[in-house]
Amino acid sequence: MAKDSIFRSYYTVLLLALVCSALIAVTAVGLRPQQESNRLQDRRKNILYAAGLYEKGKNIDELFAPIETRYIELATGLYLSAEQLDSKSKPKGRVLESEEDIAGLHLLEQYSPVYLVKQNGKLSQIILPVRGKGLWSTMYAYVAIDSDLTTIRGISFYEHGETPGLGGEIENRKWQEGWQGKKLYTPDGGMELRVIKGTAEATGDKRLYQIDGLSGATLTAKGVSKLMEFWFGEHGFKPYLLQLKNRDKSNG
Amino acid sequence: MADTKKELFLIPIFRRNPIALLVLGVCSALAVTGQMITAFVMSICVMLVVAFSSMTISLVRTQIPSSVRIGLQITVIATLVIMVDQILKAYAFELSKQLSIYVGLIITNCIVMGRAEGYAMNNTPISSFIDGIGNGLGYGFILMSVSFVRELLGAGTLFGYEVLPLTSNGGWYVRNGLLVLPASAFFLIALLIWLLRSLDPEQQEKN
Repeated sequence: MAKDSIFRSYYTVLLLALVCSALIAVTAVGLRPQQESNRLQDRRKNILYAAGLYEKGKNIDELFAPIETRYIELATGLYLSAEQLDSKSKPKGRVLESEEDIAGLHLLEQYSPVYLVKQNGKLSQIILPVRGKGLWSTMYAYVAIDSDLTTIRGISFYEHGETPGLGGEIENRKWQEGWQGKKLYTPDGGMELRVIKGTAEATGDKRLYQIDGLSGATLTAKGVSKLMEFWFGEHGFKPYLLQLKNRDKSNG
Repeated sequence: MADTKKELFLIPIFRRNPIALLVLGVCSALAVTGQMITAFVMSICVMLVVAFSSMTISLVRTQIPSSVRIGLQITVIATLVIMVDQILKAYAFELSKQLSIYVGLIITNCIVMGRAEGYAMNNTPISSFIDGIGNGLGYGFILMSVSFVRELLGAGTLFGYEVLPLTSNGGWYVRNGLLVLPASAFFLIALLIWLLRSLDPEQQEKN
């Protein structure tokens, strides 16, 4: 072991820190493209999963090819044209007021991607990206809704930092299957869907708006309810869904 | 220590197992042993980190002032762990999602620092490297044994392949819910320690 001196301690530490940070920087930068493409693949897989189109072992890019990606302006619900997308390539979000911000987002972007699944030229499903605060982390998910604009076809949580085994169960495919066929809005247009405590009722009108609770994960479940309430409310995708509804009517 | 290279490699697996005899690194042994595949990847990661950190530290051991040695060891270990984490994210994305924070927690795995401080600071790089591989294998041996029992009896599968068909999927095997929970690893590790110390009474502590 080397002799101790104040100068020596400093310069050994500095030198080592320098070498180590250089190594980390090289690995992180060098592997970033690969990691990014993995992340993209993972998202696509989750979009497919939410839409019920995922098939194990098949090429994800191929499965994803028929899905159309469009961008909308959240506030108006209108699609963006190609020029708009180019000119406002880095749009700014707006800071949410605390009473609006029920999902704990803080910053809401101006534009959002939506993914459209068409069958025989007609819109059959829309997949929307949602997110919101759980107990520890922001949870990210894709929600697929039917062309009736209220029935959920599937959901897929793809990124979160909730407690494994408790809140982390939002990743559980079995639980996610329980979302299929549930409805977002009541016939009079109110957003009604909630994650409840215990299991959803088997019969009755209410069961359509109830999602099974997660035991030991009250706050995560609350976060999921809130994020659904936010994203399918005024500040989220509701304007867009209304647009779609009106267009349907005018088309006859 | 006058161990030959072969002994260096073999001793940590049974006779001086880091988990069973030294009772180090138990925390991650609880967390990642629910499935064999995660346990396997975790073992490989730990083995690589122990081996390379011990080798690096041994290489520069004559230059390290003793007053800052712990900090330097941690820096080397942390660097290697971050590199392993980055590589996993690039080439084994699904697994890295499952292992999530546990890869990062290798930094605090006592085995890594224990070997750096206890062995690598006083021995040559090659011996330190072999010692690291041996200890990594010892750790892996326990992890694989525990995860074998937990996955087989807790989920009816091995490496994700169905072995015992579960009643929930129409089979005959009723899964053992306790083994799905991390706490069950405590019992299994204790049983393994018992087994190892009965086979090799030298490991028993004298009162």
